[in-house]
Amino acid sequence: MSFESLVEGRALPGLDADELRRYSRHLILPEVGTAGQRKLKAARVLLIGSGGLGSPLGLYLAAAGVGRLGLVDFDRVDESNLQRQVLFGQGDVGRPKTEAAADRLRGVNRHIEIVPYDLRLDASNALDLFRDYDLVVDGTDNFPTRYLVNDACVLLGKPNVYGSIFRFEGQVSVFWGARGPCYRCLFPEPPPPGLVPSCAEGGVLGVLPGIIGALQANEVIKLIVGVGEPLIGRLVLFDALRLRFRELKLKKDPGCPICSEHPTQTGLIDYEQFCGIEPETAPDEGFEIDVLELDRWRKANPDLVLLDVRTPLEYDIARIDGAVLIPLQELPDRLGELDPAATIVAHCHGGVRSAQAVHFLRQHGFARTKNLAGGIDAWSLEVDPAVPRY
Amino acid sequence: MSVTLHIPTPLRRFTGEQGEIQIAGATVAEALRDLVRQHPALERHLFTPEGTLRSFVNVFKNEEDVRFLDKGETPIADGDVLSIIPSIAGGFR
Repeated sequence: MSFESLVEGRALPGLDADELRRYSRHLILPEVGTAGQRKLKAARVLLIGSGGLGSPLGLYLAAAGVGRLGLVDFDRVDESNLQRQVLFGQGDVGRPKTEAAADRLRGVNRHIEIVPYDLRLDASNALDLFRDYDLVVDGTDNFPTRYLVNDACVLLGKPNVYGSIFRFEGQVSVFWGARGPCYRCLFPEPPPPGLVPSCAEGGVLGVLPGIIGALQANEVIKLIVGVGEPLIGRLVLFDALRLRFRELKLKKDPGCPICSEHPTQTGLIDYEQFCGIEPETAPDEGFEIDVLELDRWRKANPDLVLLDVRTPLEYDIARIDGAVLIPLQELPDRLGELDPAATIVAHCHGGVRSAQAVHFLRQHGFARTKNLAGGIDAWSLEVDPAVPRY
Repeated sequence: MSVTLHIPTPLRRFTGEQGEIQIAGATVAEALRDLVRQHPALERHLFTPEGTLRSFVNVFKNEEDVRFLDKGETPIADGDVLSIIPSIAGGFR
């Protein structure tokens, strides 16, 4: 089965002797052949996110000979990335991701162009950036950027190869407003802060982005070569624990705010960054304390209750001595274990879940409750380096 | 009618980590009401305070989005599989 390639009608570059040798296993596939390989060379693909999904995407698309790969990321390589971000090695820790990724991918294939963009995608730069590319691959980790990628792709008529992961579960689709549904046809608006689990609570099986990113790379190659059945109008769900794939049908929403015939949205929106959940009500003054203040408080006030709302698995990795563990989800059932008159400081890994706990406790009469800003991670960095970071 | 409902990973913490639940009802809305009766902690994640399904939660009957069928009034029959499909954001960090 074939369909019109993304680069149809463009003058295709030739392949030199080195390239013919390098791509020979593609060239002898009738579905790809020399024509398909030249289309790959002509193609320009922009990867949003050079991390978990971006790693297999970058490696496979570079190896496959996509002519220009743009890499957008603002982050630096952290040690905790190495569990799944196979683009990076130990020596890359601390480097800008786009720089480390560009070095690695240039080492994979010298016949292609790698363009790093060390920046945060926002409403002011997305359209300009996307204009120079045929296709955009969404490998981001937060809702604001996902909506931005979708909307900019719809406005420019470009396909958006979507992948998303959470713990053991992944989603893949091709959103293309010009030919089918877009992300907003499925999810018209981002969820309000606080109602979906945040990145901080997530965790992810290291190999999962490898699987989902490779599926995205497969779709990219199909769209460029113009072969097979693209994943337009279908959402593939992957469950790593059961090793099961399921497929759902997606329809173009005639009332879609951006890709329908009468859109209500004609520009880009910068949603608030709420990967870290913003509290639903503004925190009162004194909602949070920082780790240095907590350290002083604990020394001065031995009765202070330090409440750890992380999971038992996280508690096993690292803990602050003397903390009481009540995981956030058990808190409603275990309120009886806490003294409403006590001064309580709640902490988690980074301060997001514990903020939810503080809101909850205050609503239930625990008036003297505060949130530890930065969580155990900040405690380890600024107070007690003997507490392992994770 | 009894149907199987798939609970996505992000919501399993509200169902005692169960990924599949048997629920009863003649329509999608009735079945979801049965679900939150069994697992009340799910209610605020699925329904607005006014009782309508939240816009970022999609329910599929077998392969089809119920928004394009009869929404909450979509009839269900024994053997149907319902799935809740939430937006998930994870990816690179």
